[in-house]
Amino acid sequence: MAAPGTEAAGRPIAAGDARREPDPAVELDGLGRAYGERVVLRDVTLALEPGRTLLVLGPNGAGKSTLLRILATLLRPHAGRARVLAHELPREGWAVRGRIGLLAHEPLLYRDLSGRENLRYQARLFGAPEARVGELVERVGMARRADEPVRTLSRGMVQRLAICRTVLHRPELLLLDEPLANLDPAAAELVEPLIGRTAGATRLLTSHDPAGALARRSRSRPWRCSA
Amino acid sequence: MALFSLTTFVIFHFGLHRTSLSGDLAAGVLWVTLLFAAMLGVNRLFVAEHEQGGFDAFLLAPVDRSALLVAKAAALFAYLVIVELVAVPAFFLLLAGPSPGQALPDLLWILLLADLGVAVVGTLTSALAIQTRARDLIGPLTALPLLIPVVIAGARATEPLLGANGAGAVPLKWAAILGLYDVVFALLSYAVFDFLLED
Repeated sequence: MAAPGTEAAGRPIAAGDARREPDPAVELDGLGRAYGERVVLRDVTLALEPGRTLLVLGPNGAGKSTLLRILATLLRPHAGRARVLAHELPREGWAVRGRIGLLAHEPLLYRDLSGRENLRYQARLFGAPEARVGELVERVGMARRADEPVRTLSRGMVQRLAICRTVLHRPELLLLDEPLANLDPAAAELVEPLIGRTAGATRLLTSHDPAGALARRSRSRPWRCSA
Repeated sequence: MALFSLTTFVIFHFGLHRTSLSGDLAAGVLWVTLLFAAMLGVNRLFVAEHEQGGFDAFLLAPVDRSALLVAKAAALFAYLVIVELVAVPAFFLLLAGPSPGQALPDLLWILLLADLGVAVVGTLTSALAIQTRARDLIGPLTALPLLIPVVIAGARATEPLLGANGAGAVPLKWAAILGLYDVVFALLSYAVFDFLLED
């Protein structure tokens, strides 16, 4: 076990709340994943209680994004056991998809559509009310630019729209990969109620920036994921 | 796709150096041209999803993943119909003589039957190819062999329609083979599409 913010070479280190509850929101036991010959995750074991935040730290290429993609049901684990919101993955992935919000490196928005069109499309996929789209773009300060094609927006604006997409369906579990990347301080403040501590969701964040990320964590007892 | 079909017919028109085609040659030219035009659409079918993260965005949603198969196959089917609205008149004008009236009604339903098969198989192979680095090569390499039965059945079914002495009756055997092909590949695609989307 490592101290928060320290790094073992090539290994992401997680910091968060270690207290085990009978029904964690995320429970991993010996999780492993490889891309061909290259092992990206090995023997990852952790538990995250509902409503808590877990921060996973590690250098680029340590497997943080892969971990989030497995939890989001986008990747199959190759070893071990993953249980999310009381459902086994990947077998019961269908049962948790609408309850997870993934903010990935890519915004997962069509560049040729406007922000509002993208969010409307997502709202229909997730069964969220269309009024939520207007409410969210307003809250992240994008109401004026939401009708422009995504390809014409700055990276920070696209990130704000991606955050809207992530929380559109009020997910119980937020999987946030470098959530404040490309955001200026004012924009970070705007999105804080949506994906921050006060959002009310269980959060799993990844970062390669220990100083900034540790300031945003929930509790400080560390976890280490070996990769 | 439509432009490709027109250009190909023009090339055949000058390359074959004949004022009009009929029978098996006409049917062959029509079906091969439409098939290669369809390949252009097949290759582009999932590009936006792959390059802009639409795949992941869709896979995260609590919806039946087969909806993507149905939506993409329907879109490809619509593209094929639009292409044929341009290509078939051009074919008659440039290669098959100017009097398609007799052949047209039967030709249309044969084309629609074939479009259904091309749309389903094209969507399946496109979803497979898009996951690979050499998608422009893998797409046609997997789709074309699977679509050979469509070309054979389509060409045999339309051959009598394009006869030099006017349109004959459509051989129902070949039309039935097209229909059977559509059903088999629609069921097969529905069964395996989920697995193609998983990493």
